[in-house]
Amino acid sequence: MSCLDKHHILEIEDLSVSFTQYEKGLRQIELPVISKLHVSVHSGEIVAVVGSSGSGKSLLAHAVLGLLPNNANVRGRIFFNEELLDPEKIKNLRGKEISLVPQSVNYLDPLMKVGPQVRQGHKDQKTIQRQKKLFRHYDLDETTEGLFPFELSGGMARRVLLSSAMMEAPQLIIADEPTPGLHLEMAKKAMEHFRAFADAGNGVLLITHDIELALEVADRIAVFYAGTTVEEAKVDDFDCEETLRHPYTKALWRALPQNGFQALPGNQPYVKDMPQGCPFGPRCEHFTEECRGEIPVKIVRCGTVRCIHGEPGEASHHHHGERGEA
Amino acid sequence: MEPKYLLGFVGKSVIKAVTLIIGVSIIAFILISASPLDPVQMNVGTTAYINMSPEKKAQLEEYWGVDTPPLERYLNWAEDFIHGDMGMSLKYNRPVAEIIGQKFLNSLALMAVAWVLSGIIGFILGIVAGANRGRWPDKLIKGYALTLASTPTFWLALVILMVFSVWLGWFPFGMTVPIGVNAADVTIFDHLQHLILPAITLSVVGVANIALHTREKMIDIMESDYFLYAMARGEKKWTIIRRHGLRNIMLPALTLQFASISEIFGGSVLVEQVFSYPGLGQAAVTAGLGGDVSLLLGITVVTACFVFAGNLIANILYGVVDPRIRRGQGIG
Repeated sequence: MSCLDKHHILEIEDLSVSFTQYEKGLRQIELPVISKLHVSVHSGEIVAVVGSSGSGKSLLAHAVLGLLPNNANVRGRIFFNEELLDPEKIKNLRGKEISLVPQSVNYLDPLMKVGPQVRQGHKDQKTIQRQKKLFRHYDLDETTEGLFPFELSGGMARRVLLSSAMMEAPQLIIADEPTPGLHLEMAKKAMEHFRAFADAGNGVLLITHDIELALEVADRIAVFYAGTTVEEAKVDDFDCEETLRHPYTKALWRALPQNGFQALPGNQPYVKDMPQGCPFGPRCEHFTEECRGEIPVKIVRCGTVRCIHGEPGEASHHHHGERGEA
Repeated sequence: MEPKYLLGFVGKSVIKAVTLIIGVSIIAFILISASPLDPVQMNVGTTAYINMSPEKKAQLEEYWGVDTPPLERYLNWAEDFIHGDMGMSLKYNRPVAEIIGQKFLNSLALMAVAWVLSGIIGFILGIVAGANRGRWPDKLIKGYALTLASTPTFWLALVILMVFSVWLGWFPFGMTVPIGVNAADVTIFDHLQHLILPAITLSVVGVANIALHTREKMIDIMESDYFLYAMARGEKKWTIIRRHGLRNIMLPALTLQFASISEIFGGSVLVEQVFSYPGLGQAAVTAGLGGDVSLLLGITVVTACFVFAGNLIANILYGVVDPRIRRGQGIG
């Protein structure tokens, strides 16, 4: 069938996350931070979810890992290896099949030495050997085990976090801004390990604000805007503006230094005053009345887009729905 | 720690201790001098004072140095103190050092028990409450701690005394030894029995503080990035609390525990008074009410040293336990 029909390691459909908050005493309000998000990771792929800082991308990682706080309401479906996940299954997968690579060394216990921490307190020979092997693989010398997190350099910390992620031989790595503060060349180098991991038939979901990095290392890019993914495109589609599908993605493209550096005026809407229908509507040059309605996801040239304008496409069929009927 | 750093640390600590003692003694002295109590009247009793001849009064006033200017009195005291002489207690008519030594031993047993109990129980309650934030164990512990934290210590002491000693008769109501028993016949069991009620009162009050602080720290830890990451790595909540929580909560808990010495001291003044427990706290009250300057100054200085030592130990332990301080020097 279509070019999207590869083996899905991760598939997220219609994921919505909202927080219940109390405003002015007892009035309960729902803050939608993620709405109807679609993204998938196939085997062998690095998929980058690109969105501006503070747009709630990290919550996506937390939602997949079942780590959202208690006042979060989660709707939608998450499939791992074609299997629908529930909170109980997620608990068994995280840290084993799905690993998180966090942003920085702050995600390590500051008072525990790195070696035992990577081994999660296990003292058996098998675990110790695996950790030593991983450290060697990532060019961390023997003494690293005995260091505390604050004694690691930035590069060492990233490799230690990678080693932690690999301890249980996962199939999917979710990397949440794994290269903060690194310039592009360094970040690309840091991403080589992810490339190697994906090339071995696994998947990487890279969450980042850095579109230039994403263009360099990812196979596909999901563009995150105001809590949802407006477009999923192959990296090659970013070669020119015409192959891109969503007006926001095109604006993003034009904002790149090599494409004219034209910044898009305005800001992303705040969750409390989200516009009806298309979240990009108020800033969009193609805005029409229909944009206030329900915006379905459609498939256009091996990518998805959430826009009623532009090229006609197939309606998005739910991969698993079809499979179930077959 | 490098020797140079260590030397600097010791030097600074000594300077701090000395300035603290000077400051505390001056303030205590000014407060006593400003007190309207007439030491002669307070010590001979009102009736005797009224019936006393003016000559006798003048003689006593001279003996007690009522007319000596305050500054001169303070300097006299300070000079003797530096030479190791803490003076004579007017109230007890014995050397201050001797009284403090004896009372201190009584108080030490009481405070040590209360300190250890409130530390351990408070720590455990705080962890349980923090880990179950918002659920019933938390509400129960928080309610208990907040109620106790706002309860006056002396009132609680009175209630406990009333219930367990007067109504139930399980414990004696005061002193460290039974009344009317030959000193040679007093057993360690008697001492313990007299110790229990005041120690419990003091611990119960101390627990509230420690539990509330530990709860806050526990909540901070549960919201930390490393807690989230440990969850992401598939560790179970209580495993994380055991593996990472205790380790990280130990540091603030240690500081708090040693800093709480001052509060235990403060509490013991009230508790000892209610239970007629002849410790340092009660001696302080007696000295204060009797205008016994040298005894009060002696107690104040000793107490200040004790509290200072507690804080100093906390600082040193911090350096020993926290690798960021212990190993941070060289690598930065």
